[in-house]
Amino acid sequence: MINDYFSVIRGGLNSTFQDNGRKYFYHIGLPFSGVMDKRNFEIANKIVNNKKNDPMIEFAFQGPALKFFGSKRYMVVTGDVNFKIIKKSNIENHGKCYQTFEINDGDIIDIISTNKSVYGYLSINGGFKLNKIWGSYSTTVRARVGPNEGNKITNGQKLILNNSNELVKRSLNFINSKIEFIRVLAGTNFNYFSEQSKNDFFSREFLVSKLTDRMGMRLEGVKLKNLKKTNIKSEGLVKGTIQVPADGNPIILLSDHGTIGGYPKFGVVISADYGRLVQLPPGSKIKFKEIQLKDAENLYKLYNMETHNILSKIL
Amino acid sequence: MIKNIVNLGDAAIYCDFGNEVNKITNSKVIQYFKTLKTKNVNGITNMSPSYNKLIITFDLNETNFDKLKEDLLNLEFKDQIANDSNKIEIPLCCDDEYSLDIQRLETKLKITKNEILKVFLDKTYFCYMTGFVAGMPFLGDLEKTIMLDRLETPRVTVPKGSVGLTEQFCNVYTFESPGGWNIIGNTPIEIFNHKNPDQPNLISPGDEVTFYKINKKDFIKFYDK
Repeated sequence: MINDYFSVIRGGLNSTFQDNGRKYFYHIGLPFSGVMDKRNFEIANKIVNNKKNDPMIEFAFQGPALKFFGSKRYMVVTGDVNFKIIKKSNIENHGKCYQTFEINDGDIIDIISTNKSVYGYLSINGGFKLNKIWGSYSTTVRARVGPNEGNKITNGQKLILNNSNELVKRSLNFINSKIEFIRVLAGTNFNYFSEQSKNDFFSREFLVSKLTDRMGMRLEGVKLKNLKKTNIKSEGLVKGTIQVPADGNPIILLSDHGTIGGYPKFGVVISADYGRLVQLPPGSKIKFKEIQLKDAENLYKLYNMETHNILSKIL
Repeated sequence: MIKNIVNLGDAAIYCDFGNEVNKITNSKVIQYFKTLKTKNVNGITNMSPSYNKLIITFDLNETNFDKLKEDLLNLEFKDQIANDSNKIEIPLCCDDEYSLDIQRLETKLKITKNEILKVFLDKTYFCYMTGFVAGMPFLGDLEKTIMLDRLETPRVTVPKGSVGLTEQFCNVYTFESPGGWNIIGNTPIEIFNHKNPDQPNLISPGDEVTFYKINKKDFIKFYDK
């Protein structure tokens, strides 16, 4: 029996298979990777009746165009995404996020772009047939580790699907919330910086620069003045770390970050705000607010409860 | 053994083993890391040992900073240095086309290429840590005569296999990546093999590494193998 599959007409800018991330390899230089926006990932899996951590396609800005070969399935797109479904009969339907849509042999799904956001998710009932690499379906393109030989999804390749699950029509009434402040905990080198720079960071606006990808987000704005030393002995990094090189422009490390580095750590973005931070496209204005550890932990609980509530509203 | 424990964000613990960067401090970090790996502490998702720090990330759904800190402080560790290091020899081609920064080194250090290479090749290096990009080994310590700061402006891409020097350390670029180390040559062997999930890194923390010179003919032969 031949499995159902997609033929990739266009891979898109940065389309990869991702799941919840890869653990236990920091010490050899592999970051977690995994989905950037976990909430939208979990919603997508629930809507197409897949398991919570089943891998799916994450795309950035322009997504893939895929032609389907197989029998009737349900698919979903999550995020804030403009896409269309071109039926075999050439009728075009404008796609709507957060609800299952039907796809049949010969149909094409074309992910045109994300709107005022970066990442979107594409999932299909039954899921993609992939090999787990080192305990995960996440792709780290830079190290060529992950399913699809560790590569982006590219034109002309075939994406094989697992067998279908039970087909259930589902939808969710959901709008991605905008975030007013990105909340930050002081980092281990916070006190290297001048009082003026600390005040500036938590009162002035920063701009997300074009030099932003799955590895990191470079910010533009007031430069932060380091009074102590601009290089530290190389040491481990975590996602969300705000490091400040000698030029004074902060860089926030994201899911595919280098695991070791020698720039001072000004702060760390709290876990609860990470999924919304990464959705800010270049040109976005961004403001930061300093909070304390206990508040960050409580906000994370709250964020999880919210996600749980959203998932329970999927009908 | 740990001098100080603080949080790094809300989902990581930052363990400081002291300011000094030397083999003794680093061996303690590695020993602690290796022991902790066997202890199955609840919630730990990743560990990053470096010269004098160990950063431990955890799943905030399962534990938190206070709980994990207490777990760590309650663990018993034997304060002894593990002796399971490997000796590894790395072929290195230093022909001019691979020795990208040799002129910078010659000018700034005021010694000739031959002298630089002799000093470099004569020494055995200790692997302090691996990381940045997958499998990259941070090796030390270089002789004082060949120590130099990183480039003022880093390269946008450093070729895969490049061997570079900075301050008291040298390393190998396991993938093409940006970087600012002084490149003295290139090795044709795979330092990171992602097809080997049990041991993808050729060089692990604690290992002892030497380099030996090969010419371009031999260099190309490695690729034909």
